[in-house]
Amino acid sequence: MLQDILITGLINGGVYALLAVGFSLIFGVARIVNIAHTAFYMLAAYCFYALLVKAGLGFAVSGVISVAGVTLASMVCYRLVIEPVREHEAAVLIATIALALIFQELMLFSFGGHYLGIPSTLEGAVHILGASIPYQRLLILVVAAVMLSFVWFVLYRTRLGLAIRATANDLEVANLMGMNVNRVAMATVAISVALAAIAGVVVAPVFVVDPFMWLAPLVTMLAIVVLGGLGSLKGSLIGALIIGYVEAITVFVLPAGAYLKGAVALAIMVVVLLARPEGLFGVAFEEER
Amino acid sequence: MYLARRGWAELRNEVLVLPSRTLVLVWMLALLSLPVAYDDAYALRILTMTCIFAIFAASWDLLAGYTGQVNFGHALFFGAGAYTSALMSLRLDISPWATIWAGAATAALFGYGVGYLCLRLRGSYLSLATLAFPLIALGLLFAFPDFSGGELGISGLRRLTQSVTGNYYIAAIGMLAVVFGLWALADSKFGIVLHAIRDDELAARASGINTPRYKLAVFAISAAAAGFSGALFAHYIRIAGPSTLEVALSFQVVIWGIFGGVATIYGPVAAVFILYPLTEWLGSFKAFGELRLLIFAVIVLLVLLFMPRGLAPWVRDKIETQCPRCKQRNGIWKKMCRLCGAALKTEVPRAQRLVGHQ
Repeated sequence: MLQDILITGLINGGVYALLAVGFSLIFGVARIVNIAHTAFYMLAAYCFYALLVKAGLGFAVSGVISVAGVTLASMVCYRLVIEPVREHEAAVLIATIALALIFQELMLFSFGGHYLGIPSTLEGAVHILGASIPYQRLLILVVAAVMLSFVWFVLYRTRLGLAIRATANDLEVANLMGMNVNRVAMATVAISVALAAIAGVVVAPVFVVDPFMWLAPLVTMLAIVVLGGLGSLKGSLIGALIIGYVEAITVFVLPAGAYLKGAVALAIMVVVLLARPEGLFGVAFEEER
Repeated sequence: MYLARRGWAELRNEVLVLPSRTLVLVWMLALLSLPVAYDDAYALRILTMTCIFAIFAASWDLLAGYTGQVNFGHALFFGAGAYTSALMSLRLDISPWATIWAGAATAALFGYGVGYLCLRLRGSYLSLATLAFPLIALGLLFAFPDFSGGELGISGLRRLTQSVTGNYYIAAIGMLAVVFGLWALADSKFGIVLHAIRDDELAARASGINTPRYKLAVFAISAAAAGFSGALFAHYIRIAGPSTLEVALSFQVVIWGIFGGVATIYGPVAAVFILYPLTEWLGSFKAFGELRLLIFAVIVLLVLLFMPRGLAPWVRDKIETQCPRCKQRNGIWKKMCRLCGAALKTEVPRAQRLVGHQ
């Protein structure tokens, strides 16, 4: 059981980290609370399903196409829907909620509400310390690790990353230093949605795909982001692991744990916020009055 | 006779001078006289639900719009009211007329608790943290199905009265009372303090306002109103289920509030009265039935692109202007302020307009 907890926690934590880091990026740079973030994850899973099962393309091809397509769609949505109302925080908020609802309903309409299963990308399992891990879950872990390192590389070793960090730090000064803030925001949206889309594609064969699959991870992701501190990437990563393990422990140890896993994770978030209102690694928001 | 003349004078000078107030009056009269004029059970059913949700949306606005505590978990209070009232009337066999108040009181207690936990949080942190509470409650409900009915909820509740019209009037009068109560509260000195807390909490504290106490009070009041609507809802549809606590409902009320225009009270109410019957009406068409949430979201999105501050402030700016001197509102057709006599539309000479304002 201990091995199960360790491994499940790590894998779920990896998926959550992919989602939470992307969300944190958008929030840091553009101050957008993007409720539609996990809707893009759902969209990618559906895209993958359609290309793989309906169109019969290969795993790699359909994966790449769905990630690229969803990223493109997110940029179009940002341009058309979010950018015109950027000054009005409340309007941005419900614009993202409305977007998520639109995606959900579109998928409900075109694929129906039932659960869709996707065949495993990789068959077989590996045995470590008496616990058997299917290759598919191992793939999730590898992809998450690779993508997170890639994001770290982009953010800390490229000029675009420098621009993104500068904009997150102070939008106006970054603008004055000659960065095209709108384009930086656009690039951030693309990166963060690409992360969500990748999570959707790798997770689709393990979980079932349905139009409401965006709600549960949305709540967990928001809990992680708040727990780690809004806008802090390190916080999101560590928060994702904490919540991943807490959920795994609840499911394996408590009776009726499957119902309570969300509640326990959220309760932990509340407890952390009581002690540290700015989250584990958030900057204290004194000056942002 | 004197009273009648006095009343007419009040009406003419205070209500009919402003198009927005006239609209509110017309809406109120229409609401109260509808069952007499058009006694269709389906329409009354939809309007009853609309009234119940209008209370809910208005209560969210007091908390989120006025005080700036943008609550993403307002469904907690709705659900607390619904479940408390349902459990008490079913298990203890108390008349629903009494349990509704108990539901509101429990919700107020929940509101106080949530407010207490969130006192130190601000902005997006508060929004995202409050999202958690209804889900924690939902998890607990599912974990103890014997007590709460689990996924099926608590069914077989009694209605307040049996007739369709009676239920409609209960909801409508309850809605008018609560909404006007909240409006009066928001317009009072208390409401001004709430504005101050939203705009700059630090400055409000520096001015000697005990902001935690005000925030707790608002959380409790707003939760009580939401719990009242939840209890009405449970007894109207005769079931208190997990759907009263879901994220969807929390988001729904956020959409109503922002779509109507925050910090107005009447904005969210107007939004519910437009959006809820519209979605129900669209849903009654066979071709649109499946698409109604989609159409709803698209409408919200399109309207927001044109009126990012919300519907009610946009309409109000179209039909009224603000006096530059005394800040009172006037009908758009007035040339002079009705209270202080200042000119409303000063003709700026062309040359001056070209130079700009300085």
